[in-house]
Amino acid sequence: MSENEFYQLRVNGKTHQVQDSWVGESLLYVLRERLGLPGTKGACEQGECGSCTVLMDDAAVCACLVMAATAINSEIVTIEGITTESALTDVQQSFVDEGAVQCGFCTPGLIVAVHHLLEKNPQPSEFEVKEAISGNICRCTGYGRVFAAVEATIRSRNVEQ
Amino acid sequence: MTVIVAKELTTALAALREHADARLIQGGTDLMVEINFNHVKPTTMVSLRDIEELRTIRTVTSGIMTIGSGVPYSVLEGEPVLSAIPALAQASRTVGSPQIRATGSLGGNLGTCSPAGDTLPVMFALDAMIHLNTLDSSRVVSIHDFMTGVKRSVRQHDEIITAIDFPVVNGWQGYSKVGVRNAMVISVASACLVADHENANVRIALGSVGPTIIRCRESEAWLKSVHDLSAGQSISLDVASEFGRRAAAESSPIDDHRSTAEYRRHAISVLASRLLRKAYQ
Repeated sequence: MSENEFYQLRVNGKTHQVQDSWVGESLLYVLRERLGLPGTKGACEQGECGSCTVLMDDAAVCACLVMAATAINSEIVTIEGITTESALTDVQQSFVDEGAVQCGFCTPGLIVAVHHLLEKNPQPSEFEVKEAISGNICRCTGYGRVFAAVEATIRSRNVEQ
Repeated sequence: MTVIVAKELTTALAALREHADARLIQGGTDLMVEINFNHVKPTTMVSLRDIEELRTIRTVTSGIMTIGSGVPYSVLEGEPVLSAIPALAQASRTVGSPQIRATGSLGGNLGTCSPAGDTLPVMFALDAMIHLNTLDSSRVVSIHDFMTGVKRSVRQHDEIITAIDFPVVNGWQGYSKVGVRNAMVISVASACLVADHENANVRIALGSVGPTIIRCRESEAWLKSVHDLSAGQSISLDVASEFGRRAAAESSPIDDHRSTAEYRRHAISVLASRLLRKAYQ
């Protein structure tokens, strides 16, 4: 595809038209500026911070490092596809309860990463939690409260079962 | 800019022939940074992401594991690579973060050919062979001939790195890396050591301490001359320290924004002696 050509992306189970874009745009830019999905945050734009974490073919990736036009055959899930506007997910609720949200900029990326981790591995060890969110930088919480929120989610899911 | 998303290798190879300005993109973890910051503005991009052929791991002949250039690090961290080539699994696990490892690949490490490429010391220590294809030819190049300098290799414009052959060695192997933290770090110094128990030799390759990866052949030869390197031997602290000093002497680091030459030399002597001690515990 060339300059200003239309292409389609599968995002949150729906097919979206991407139009009037430069084909070299990152998936992060396309999600936010072309498709009206601003939940995914942009910060470093070099894969260092994880605030733009999305799921691509069931793997957590940095949307800033994906050229959107190369993702035409992939299924993408963003924070908008994991959560709903009407109620918080258990992961989100735990983040609120444990004070794991301060400035909030890293939160969507962390929520995507934690949902993904717990889906793949419902009972992760402390080390596995640390490794799973090692690509998500938070400058406010010092991570203690984030780990507490993940633990609280696991505990609440264990009680429910 | 034109983007060609190839599903077949031949489509990508034909696109390279047709467009003299084409750039290849696999995971995008290097190139997208340059594009996001307007450091490069390619006019033609050929995406290899959807070529299944590049995402396979095969053991065709016994003793050689052939890994497709597009297999992501997240796969290389686990089986079957973990048991067959443990140092490669270890090196893969130190790359960036889970998000980077989900898309980054050996093809990208080789294509970029940075001396800080995490998996390159493993290829140098194991004498890996690199498969390069064009539309009408193919060749296999030793990693020692492949990398020619900082971000330079013998890959020609119309060639695609398709796979890497790794010998499966009977013995011990390990990879260590020094950086400012555990995750999301470009190495300040790294080393891969392979103890081949069958052939009673030790190989060591260093990353981030020279324009290319450095194989410490003099240190290897010295060690073989003073010590029996078959299985079950143990290595004294004195021999390990001297081996570390010799490996550091073969490195050729510089001062840059990540560290100093002096610290890098020190780090190499520690990494090399520790890896050797672990190999013969």
